[in-house]
Amino acid sequence: MLEVRGLNKVYEGHQRRVEAVRDLTFTIDAGDLVCLVGPSGCGKTTLLKCIAGLLAPTAGEVLLDGRPVTGPPRGMAVVFQEYGRSLFPWMSVRDNVALPLKQKRVAKARRRELVDEALAAVGLAGTESAYPWQLSGGMQQRVAIARAVAYEPEVLLMDEPFAAVDAQTRADLEDLVRALWKRLGVTILFVTHDIDEAVYLGQQVIMLSASPTVVQERLAIDLPAERDQLHTRADARFTHLRTHVYEQIQAAKRGTRTDAAVASVAE
Amino acid sequence: MAATALKRIGLVLGLPVILFAVWYVATDNSQSFYVPPLRTILSVFDDTWTGQRLRADVLPSALRLLAGYALATVLGVGLGVVIGSYRRVRAVAEPVLEFFRAIPPPVLVPVIMLFAGIGDGMKVIVIVSGCVWPILLNTVEGVRAVDGVLADTARSYRITGPARLRHLLLRSASPQIMAGMRQALSIAIILMVISEMFAASNGLGFTIVQFQRSFAIPEMWTGIILLGLLGFVLSALFRFAENRVLAWYHGLRSAQRKS
Repeated sequence: MLEVRGLNKVYEGHQRRVEAVRDLTFTIDAGDLVCLVGPSGCGKTTLLKCIAGLLAPTAGEVLLDGRPVTGPPRGMAVVFQEYGRSLFPWMSVRDNVALPLKQKRVAKARRRELVDEALAAVGLAGTESAYPWQLSGGMQQRVAIARAVAYEPEVLLMDEPFAAVDAQTRADLEDLVRALWKRLGVTILFVTHDIDEAVYLGQQVIMLSASPTVVQERLAIDLPAERDQLHTRADARFTHLRTHVYEQIQAAKRGTRTDAAVASVAE
Repeated sequence: MAATALKRIGLVLGLPVILFAVWYVATDNSQSFYVPPLRTILSVFDDTWTGQRLRADVLPSALRLLAGYALATVLGVGLGVVIGSYRRVRAVAEPVLEFFRAIPPPVLVPVIMLFAGIGDGMKVIVIVSGCVWPILLNTVEGVRAVDGVLADTARSYRITGPARLRHLLLRSASPQIMAGMRQALSIAIILMVISEMFAASNGLGFTIVQFQRSFAIPEMWTGIILLGLLGFVLSALFRFAENRVLAWYHGLRSAQRKS
C-alpha cells in the first residue's frame, strides 16, 4: 500500500518561494491502477518525484508498505515522459533492460529470462541488440516500460509516459499498460494531463487542483474491467465520467469546486 | 565499394603528396646549407633511422609519451569526475585550475627539473603537467552535463556507486573526455620533444638537437619528418579508438539530426 500524508513541497529560490504542492493526502491500495490528473503546472511531476524518493518533501511523508520513503525504494520503478532521455544511449536495448537487474544481483540466467519475457510482453522481441535511438519514439517508450516490468516492482510510477508519442501509438501503449497491470498484479500510479486517458486507464482517478496543489476529488471509475479503445470510449458511462472529470479540472483551474458536478455524477 | 575506398584514400593522401612534391621541386636546386634539397634529406633517411637508432631513441620517446599520456588521462578523468560531481569542490578548485591551465607547460620544465632531476621521471611529469588540463576540464564539463532525467532514472533503479560511475558518468561524459584527450595528444607530442631538448641522453628531441648542433642538417630534417609521421600515426590510432568508443554518440547525433 502506498500512502501520501500531508505532502508539501516548497522550492526556495533567489528571493522567490514557490509552493508547488500544498497539502496532499491519499492512499493507493496494493494492486490498484490509479490515475492522477490535474491542470498543467499543478505539481504532478513534483509529487511523483517525492513518491519515487527522488525529491525530499518539505513537509509530510510518503509511506510504502508502512515504511517511510527517504530515497528510491526497492520494489519501485519509474517510467518517465522523456523516453529519449531516460534510456542509456550507449547501451543496446537488452543492456538497458538488464542493467537494473544486474544491479539487483539477479542471477545471469534468470536475468536473461526476465529481459526476454519483458521485451516479448511489450512486443519488442527481436530488437535486443539495437540501440534505443535506432527505434521510433513509441518503441523507445516500450523499452522503458519493459525495463520497468523486468524489474518486477510492486509499485510502478508513470509520469505522463505517452505525452510525447503520436495518438495511435498512444492508444496501443494504453492497452499495453492495462494488459500488463492485469497480468502482473502490480500497483500503478499513472500521472497524466489527458482526461480521456485517465478515465480509460484507471480504476480510480485522483484530480488535483491548480498549484498550490491539493486533492480536488477522488473518483472511482465504474467501467467494466475489460476495456477496449473502440467500445469503452463510446460507452455512455465513459462520456459521463470524462465530462465530470473535465468539469472538475476546469473548476480546479478557476480555483473552485463545483458541487453541481459532484451531484451529477452521483445520479 | 572498392571505388569509394580508393576515393577516400585519394582524399586522405592527396594533399600530403602534393605538398611533398612542391617541397621536392622547390628545393631541388637549393644551395642553402640549412635548406638542403628534399632529395638529399630522403637519401639519408634510411641510414639515419636504422633499427638500432629506432630502439635507442624513438622507442624511449614513445614510451615516455605513452606513460605521460596514460597518467594524465587517469589523473584528468579521476579528478574531473570528482570536481564535476560536487559543486563545492568545483567552486574551490576552478580558479586554481584556470590559473594552472594558463601557464604554458614548457615554462615548467626548468622547475620540474629541479624537483625531478633529468631522468625519465622528469619527462613524464612534464608531459603530464601539460596534458592533464584539457582532459580534466573537459571531464568536468562532461560530468556536469549528465542529463537530469537519465540521472534520475539511474537513481530510481538504485544504480549507485561504482555502477553509476561506470554506466552513467563515464559513458555520458565520454564525448567530452575524448575531445580533451585529442587535444592532450598533440600537447603530449610537443612536450615529449621539448623535455628531451632540455636535458636528455636519448630520444627523438635529443637526437634532432644533436644533429642540429653538429651541423648534420639533412639528418636533422629527417628527424622532423619522422616526428610528423609519429604524430600522424598516433592521431590515426586515436581516431580509430574514438570511432569505436563513441559509435553510439555519432549514431545518436545523426538520428537526432534526421528527426
